[in-house]
Amino acid sequence: MADDKSANFVTRGFKGREPAKDLAARIPPGQHLVTDFPVLSAGPTPHVPHEQWSFTLKVGPRPIKRWDWTAFNALPRTKLTRDIHCVTTWSKLDTHWEGVLVDDILADADIEPPTAFVLAHSVDGYSTNVPSADLTGGKAMVALTYENQPLTADHGGPARLLVPHLYFWKSAKWLNGLQFTARDEAGFWELRGYHIYGDPWLEQRFTGD
Amino acid sequence: MTNSPLNLAPAVRWQTAVVSEIVPRTPRIKSFVFTLSRPFAFQAGQHVDIRLTAPDGYRAMRSYSIASTPGEASTIELAIEHLENGEVSDFFHDDVVVGDEIELRGPLGGHFVWSAADGGPLLLAGGGSGVVPLVAMLREREHEAPSLPVALVFSARSWDDVLYRDELLELADRRDGFSLLLTLTREAPRRPGDYGRRIDAAIVNAALAELPAPPKYVFICGSNPFVNAAADAAIVAGIPASKIRTERYGV
Repeated sequence: MADDKSANFVTRGFKGREPAKDLAARIPPGQHLVTDFPVLSAGPTPHVPHEQWSFTLKVGPRPIKRWDWTAFNALPRTKLTRDIHCVTTWSKLDTHWEGVLVDDILADADIEPPTAFVLAHSVDGYSTNVPSADLTGGKAMVALTYENQPLTADHGGPARLLVPHLYFWKSAKWLNGLQFTARDEAGFWELRGYHIYGDPWLEQRFTGD
Repeated sequence: MTNSPLNLAPAVRWQTAVVSEIVPRTPRIKSFVFTLSRPFAFQAGQHVDIRLTAPDGYRAMRSYSIASTPGEASTIELAIEHLENGEVSDFFHDDVVVGDEIELRGPLGGHFVWSAADGGPLLLAGGGSGVVPLVAMLREREHEAPSLPVALVFSARSWDDVLYRDELLELADRRDGFSLLLTLTREAPRRPGDYGRRIDAAIVNAALAELPAPPKYVFICGSNPFVNAAADAAIVAGIPASKIRTERYGV
């Protein structure tokens, strides 16, 4: 069977351009470094004015708290410097973000994670699922700036989720809410064959990986 | 904890495929035809992942849209552009010969897809090699819905960079509901009515005017600036964002 062969398959003539050793340890298998910041999205780029933006925290169908732009920006701010990895195989090192940790959003709403699963929602109808444990403990934020500039619409502005330890489709652009769900609910790409969890170090790109 | 929610797509496994044909298409793009060891059925717009493995185990992976006629396939055609200093495209253009074995898996992608059963009219916009999934849609139309109204805006650098040029011109000459609007960004237009500039609202409106009714779906594929320009023009023309599907080059 073809799959049995793949463990030691070598492509004739391919040498590749393996990155320098000091960087190689930071690049997950099958990824390559980029210095630009590719833009990938499934539809037109939404342009959301700050005065029309809001963020809603829900438990199931029930809204727990809603913040407008001003209120959200008054929440405690945190800076993160992280490597990011896109399932389309680019990785980018040492990206600088500033925003509000999911921990601080939950603290402001005065709740602990009530379930083990979250669906992140975007203004354009996009959604993606992330376990609660991957959003808390300082691991994830709602990012408002990238490289010290307000997040542009192309990169998900006004606000995007940042879950840097998972493939980047989990870091939903144009974020407008997080919803705790009773069970793990597949989001937009997860319903279309992408992996339910998406760990780049395990190459969890598609279902079954 | 369960890891098996409803409705997940089945796993898509790696397979080896043999390069059975290499066809130069433009100065920078060659078609590679692969004979699959495990044939599969695919929809227009879907892609495959290619995986190259060096002797030391290092791997490089890239995604390529399938150009060939959708349906059950024992061979697939990929059109691979030679990118400047492209780790994978250098290999395909400089090293791969007919008979080589390449690992791939597919079909992948479930959003930027179209089948004849989905209906039309369609507005398609492609920039450079971004036309590939749209050509697969036209090939689906030709076989399964030959009079379906479709307008394609295709932006290329020059006349010689118009991928699948002969096939597209021949389809347009049939005047059976398919309209081709070419725009060249680094050369004067060749055909009467074509354009010599980057895509803009006027070109998108001219394409919409070729259709007998507003498009049921809009598919746009190319660089991010190309996709944004085309999608913004379609929205200004009154097409709901929910009908517009995009695919941007991801390097």
